[in-house]
Amino acid sequence: MPQISQLAETYSSQIFWLLIFFGFVFFAIGRGMVPKVMATVEARDQQIAADLAAAEAARNAADAEEEAWRVQANAQRAEAQSVIAAAKLDAAKASEVRLASASAAIDARVGEAEARISAARGDALKEIETVAAEAASDIVARLAGVTVDAAAAQGAVKEVLHG
Amino acid sequence: MAAEQAKVDPMHQFTIEPLFGTDHWAIAGYNIAFTNSALWMAITAVVLWVFVAGGLKRQVVPGRWQMAVESFTGFIDNLLAANVGPAGKKYVPYIFSIFMFILFANLLGLLPLALVGLHPFTFTSHFSVTGVLAILSFAIVLVVGFWRHGFHFFSLFVPHGTPLWLMWLIPVIELVSFLVRPFSLALRLFVAMMAGHVLLEVLSSFVIDSTNAGPGWAAMIGIPSFVLMIAICALELLVAGIQAYVFALLTSLYLNDAENLH
Repeated sequence: MPQISQLAETYSSQIFWLLIFFGFVFFAIGRGMVPKVMATVEARDQQIAADLAAAEAARNAADAEEEAWRVQANAQRAEAQSVIAAAKLDAAKASEVRLASASAAIDARVGEAEARISAARGDALKEIETVAAEAASDIVARLAGVTVDAAAAQGAVKEVLHG
Repeated sequence: MAAEQAKVDPMHQFTIEPLFGTDHWAIAGYNIAFTNSALWMAITAVVLWVFVAGGLKRQVVPGRWQMAVESFTGFIDNLLAANVGPAGKKYVPYIFSIFMFILFANLLGLLPLALVGLHPFTFTSHFSVTGVLAILSFAIVLVVGFWRHGFHFFSLFVPHGTPLWLMWLIPVIELVSFLVRPFSLALRLFVAMMAGHVLLEVLSSFVIDSTNAGPGWAAMIGIPSFVLMIAICALELLVAGIQAYVFALLTSLYLNDAENLH
């Protein structure tokens, strides 16, 4: 077993070279390079965390913006509704006023026309009386040969016509 | 004589040989020959350096290589976070170094480089190496424990809820189990790696010797041994990872004792 049989002659060389090469591994690789590798990993983890946080913040901002937009849209819609309602009311009022004036004008014309009609009827009645009186006095003169004066004839006609 | 030469010594693979004529190198009388073991430590360190350097592009969107390196550092980071807590962050360089060094050493030692004439050497199969690594971990635990808690660190040997009448016994048991830690750390890795390599070597000698003995023996012993070898190679890859993980895990558990003291 060389590990034991050669121990006395080789232990110093084994220890010496092991310390040399393990010392190199520890100081050059363990102390020199490993911290850099781990710093890289750390930096990457931090960047990932920062990116995730930024994405989260951006999403929150987008949500807030959408919420604000929705509130604004709702407000604008409500405003538009009220404007429409006011316009409807105005239009209704205006048409009411115009209808009223139009109906007043129509009423006035109807009244005027009725007045004209009644006047025309009165005139016509008077004419009928006159014609009837003349016809009555004519008929009396021809049948009885009596001359009746106009006033009497008229009175008689009036009496018959109006009862 | 021919049979004598064909005999495979399963322990020969662990022999340490000085390379490049450096066997006379010494510091203060201690031999520091550059051996095949030291060569494979150097190869492990270089391969590990190349691996981590390839993942050092520091891109925000990582490529495959960077992803692989980052998964290893993240693995060690999670291990320490789970076992030591936030205070474990500062041990990532050490635990990463020890885990990757052992893992790469185990895996490189398993490479079938003998096919191209090279002989991989698994230096983690020497307790002189695993012992140094275990003593390093244990020393760090001791230094951290006494640095952070002073003599209060000795309360580690008195678990919560110890009845007073057992105070003469429990601390002794705890002390022994504490002092055994570096040995268990070192021996576990050393034994696991050596056993696997010996097993592969023995099975390969079965394949070679039975095939030399004739086609009947080859069919009866050689082929089943070869199938078993393939399966055990897969198992050894698993063991290579598990032993590195166990070493790192236990070191982090001991560091948890030193950091958080119960």
